[in-house]
Amino acid sequence: MDLYLPIANLSVNALVIVALGAGVGLLSGMFGVGGGFLTTPLLIVYGIPPTVAAASAASQVTGASVSGVFAYFRRDGVDVKMGGVLVAGGIIGSFLGAWLFRLLQALGQIDTTIAVTYVLLLGSIGGLMLKESIEAIRVTRGAIPAPPRRRRHHPLVASLPFRMRFYRSGLYISPLAPLLLGVATGVLTILLGIGGGFVLVPAMIYLLGMATQVVVGTSLFQILFVTAAATMVHATTTKAVDIVLAGLLLLGSVAGAQIGARFAAKARPEYLRLALAIMVLLVAIRIGLGLGWRPDEIYTVELS
Amino acid sequence: MGERAGTATKRWRIAVAFAAPLAIAASNPGSKPVLVPDVSQREIEIAYSFTGAELLLFGAILLPPGEPRADARHPIDVVVVVKGPVQSITIREKEKIAGIWVNAERLGYRSAPSFYAIASSRPIRQLVDDRTRAIYELGLDSLQLSPASSAPANVQDRFTRGLVDLRARSGLYYEAPHAVEITDGVLYRARVNIPARVPVGRFTAETFLIRDGKVLGAAVRDIDVRKSGFERFVARAAQRSSFLYGLTAVALSVLLGWGAGQIARRI
Repeated sequence: MDLYLPIANLSVNALVIVALGAGVGLLSGMFGVGGGFLTTPLLIVYGIPPTVAAASAASQVTGASVSGVFAYFRRDGVDVKMGGVLVAGGIIGSFLGAWLFRLLQALGQIDTTIAVTYVLLLGSIGGLMLKESIEAIRVTRGAIPAPPRRRRHHPLVASLPFRMRFYRSGLYISPLAPLLLGVATGVLTILLGIGGGFVLVPAMIYLLGMATQVVVGTSLFQILFVTAAATMVHATTTKAVDIVLAGLLLLGSVAGAQIGARFAAKARPEYLRLALAIMVLLVAIRIGLGLGWRPDEIYTVELS
Repeated sequence: MGERAGTATKRWRIAVAFAAPLAIAASNPGSKPVLVPDVSQREIEIAYSFTGAELLLFGAILLPPGEPRADARHPIDVVVVVKGPVQSITIREKEKIAGIWVNAERLGYRSAPSFYAIASSRPIRQLVDDRTRAIYELGLDSLQLSPASSAPANVQDRFTRGLVDLRARSGLYYEAPHAVEITDGVLYRARVNIPARVPVGRFTAETFLIRDGKVLGAAVRDIDVRKSGFERFVARAAQRSSFLYGLTAVALSVLLGWGAGQIARRI
């Protein structure tokens, strides 16, 4: 079933895009991540222009996170105060990201930057997750003793001024730390079309030392608002949001996410994390190899 | 009554349009041959199901009385060139730097056609010499792209070849030798495929009549490619009311996400 995309200016097979959305949605429901880190590269491989891919993938992440946010609200799993600080940072970050995007586009280095950032980010986070999940599996099997539970924020975070109380997170820290974290994920959202969940969640646990029961809900809350803001920034600056493409992705992903969430309820969390870590590392390796291989296209054309 | 009169006038006009060249050709012996071209579609509308279009270009070759008819030694050839709107573009070239491929050099072009298809009755290099091909822009190696810099000729050539190769592989530039059929030396027809990736705008279909290495006649027809219906509405909304467009995209994603959650809770 061929469908013409009015902004990307090309015709795609609608079923392939819906299936792609469903696959990513399934994974995002299972692992609790937005899945933007898979959507954008896959769309580019399918032939969608990179800018349109990044701009339209952000709205898919919005759709995937909505039902999660509602679910966490119902069981009081969102720290709205902390989330608000993160969202404020995220919105600042998305404007910063838009400026960076235009700058890199003018220099002709946007594609390389996207690829290198993906490799570094996915490689490091995937590596950390792999190590952590293998340890967790060995603990549950009784191979090694459980490490002592520490929940402390990073010393750098503790040194920041203007401390505030975040009751739901169980923290007394400076709001500057989550604000800066929000700015960083906002930049990533604009540049890479990702929600930033897989950066945010480890950072909230290991850097801020937040109470784990509100980590996922609060990160989803931040992702919802920041991807919505990113869609707005793309719509008004790059004008590259393809609503038809976004709609097709959403159709697949919202359905996939619900099915994925049911799978996740049955599976053991440390095995899920192991699978996610392996997947993230595979994507990183594939993109990294792509940087070193001689590309199919030595020349690229852009309108000026 | 008025409508019938209008149709009659239209018919009369068409008759004149066809007869006029015949009359000119007949009244001036020794004058140049005339091409009467037409296209199957003057407008190509891009709608949701658009996957490309096939244009049929056809017409008549009117030889003046003095001109001998086509034979094996002096054949008449027809070349059809379809061009898309020109674009101002920047081409970037990747180079391997520190182990990874990054964009290094670049070159700007002021007027590169977004689409270029040349169909001919015989391979174009057998019909005319290089100079004529450069004048009329016949063939992928004869495009006049006007580089917007003073880069040395060999660098410009390298970038031009890169552009032509890139667009040829995505079906935007191509040569179709033998795609023009000529019947009895008077009627010609050619099919040209327009892929779905073309930009909107005014396309031109130029037809050339070639004999003995010379371009004897030429004629141009315009074809408008535009988005229609929903596609035009979306493209316009994205450009003109981008804020509302963005809000709609966000609302769509929130509604779909929320709706799916509600449905899943019921099941």
